[in-house]
Amino acid sequence: MIHLLQINPSTAEAGSYLPVAIQLIFAVGLVSVLMVATHLLGPKRKTSDKLQNFASGIESHGDARQPMAIKYFLTAILFVLFDVEVIFFYPYAVNFKELGWSGFWAVLMFVGFFLCGFTYIIKKGALKWED
Amino acid sequence: MELFYLILEKLLLVGLIVSLSMVVAMYATWGERKVAAWLQDRIGPNRAGPFGLFQPLADGGKLFFKEEIIPLVSSKFLFILGPALAMITALLTSAVIPWSTPLHLFDRNIDLQVADVNIGILFVFGVVSLGVYGIMIGGWASNNKFSLLAAIRGASQMVSYELPMGLALIAVLMLVGDLRMSSIVANQLENGWHIIYQPLGFLIFFICALAECNRTPFDLPEAENELNFGYHQEYSSMKLGFYLFAEYINMFISGVVMASLYFGGYDIPFVNEASWGLNQNLLAIIGFVVLLSKAFFFVFVFMWIRWTIPRFRYDQLMKLGWTRLIPLALLNMILTAAIVLWLKK
Repeated sequence: MIHLLQINPSTAEAGSYLPVAIQLIFAVGLVSVLMVATHLLGPKRKTSDKLQNFASGIESHGDARQPMAIKYFLTAILFVLFDVEVIFFYPYAVNFKELGWSGFWAVLMFVGFFLCGFTYIIKKGALKWED
Repeated sequence: MELFYLILEKLLLVGLIVSLSMVVAMYATWGERKVAAWLQDRIGPNRAGPFGLFQPLADGGKLFFKEEIIPLVSSKFLFILGPALAMITALLTSAVIPWSTPLHLFDRNIDLQVADVNIGILFVFGVVSLGVYGIMIGGWASNNKFSLLAAIRGASQMVSYELPMGLALIAVLMLVGDLRMSSIVANQLENGWHIIYQPLGFLIFFICALAECNRTPFDLPEAENELNFGYHQEYSSMKLGFYLFAEYINMFISGVVMASLYFGGYDIPFVNEASWGLNQNLLAIIGFVVLLSKAFFFVFVFMWIRWTIPRFRYDQLMKLGWTRLIPLALLNMILTAAIVLWLKK
């Protein structure tokens, strides 16, 4: 089991990311050029009314950054929690043919724990949106 | 010297692929309007050039010459960063996609894949997750109530649908045993397309792709009848264009990803193209065209769905993602593992 967890970072692997860096630089460059171009090309006739926020024609009241419904944040926290659990399946998926049935039962147990947590949040109503 | 040629080759390929995704995104806007017109028994854009083909050029050019407005109450730096980030992440996802078999030019074998990294499909996932920041930063920086609400909705929808998407993908990785995109496609050339083994996995993946691209019936961040215009309400000029283009590029790339994961990538169905004895370069170009047609088909299905199915309510959307798709994807994963192990014994 241990030998599956050991990683041999070779220089060839690190080198394969060079094209990704090229694409990143290309994308950033392209976006910056277009951003500057649109800044220079567009007309600039600003009035104080234009620079106000649009709120369907009525005057906007106060700051928009007010406390939001807690449900959205709860969803984000639950996502982080479950995504970490999902990430644990990836090494298994890559190696599961070698691990055979013993690996399968181990993962089934892990899925069982996953489902326990999942059932708990559903029963607690963490994902109930209508009040 | 070898390194110089490698960098030059990759730079050309990157330039080609990035421009391809931009052009496809531009013409997807035209396609969207034509498809909508066709489904609603109208004509659609037909004034600018033959069949209205110059319409996207006019629209894109127009965005450059529009006034750039940054509201006084917004955070200026973040306001510019938001759309830039959305566009950059959209342009980055194509880096690991194998577009076709290698070309042979100037005594060099040129892989039509920018980077064959060993994390492969996880790279796509990582970059797609960064796309959330584009929407979130844009909505927050605008300091507009509608924008902020739309951005928060969008962020929580996108993270929610990432879970079943990741779980559906695990079943594919079990069949392949490798994360590299090139091995995923090669496995399909050998053993047949993954759609045959993973119909349920594909369905889950497709639904999640719709949600990730903010397409109908999951376009809650752009629900104009309740949120005016969505998270990009305060944007004008090319900054608005970036958000809209990023959405179409994501749609195209997700079509390519689905074709590569489930529909054999650049493989032509029912024939063994290697036995035709064609020139290697010609074969590569044919493969590339085949992959593009598969991707365009998915883009068409996305549009078809948009003009057919009405939008979900927010609680329905969350319920579908969390209580239906996640257990279904888990079940799919366990069944795949059990069947593969059982058949091997």
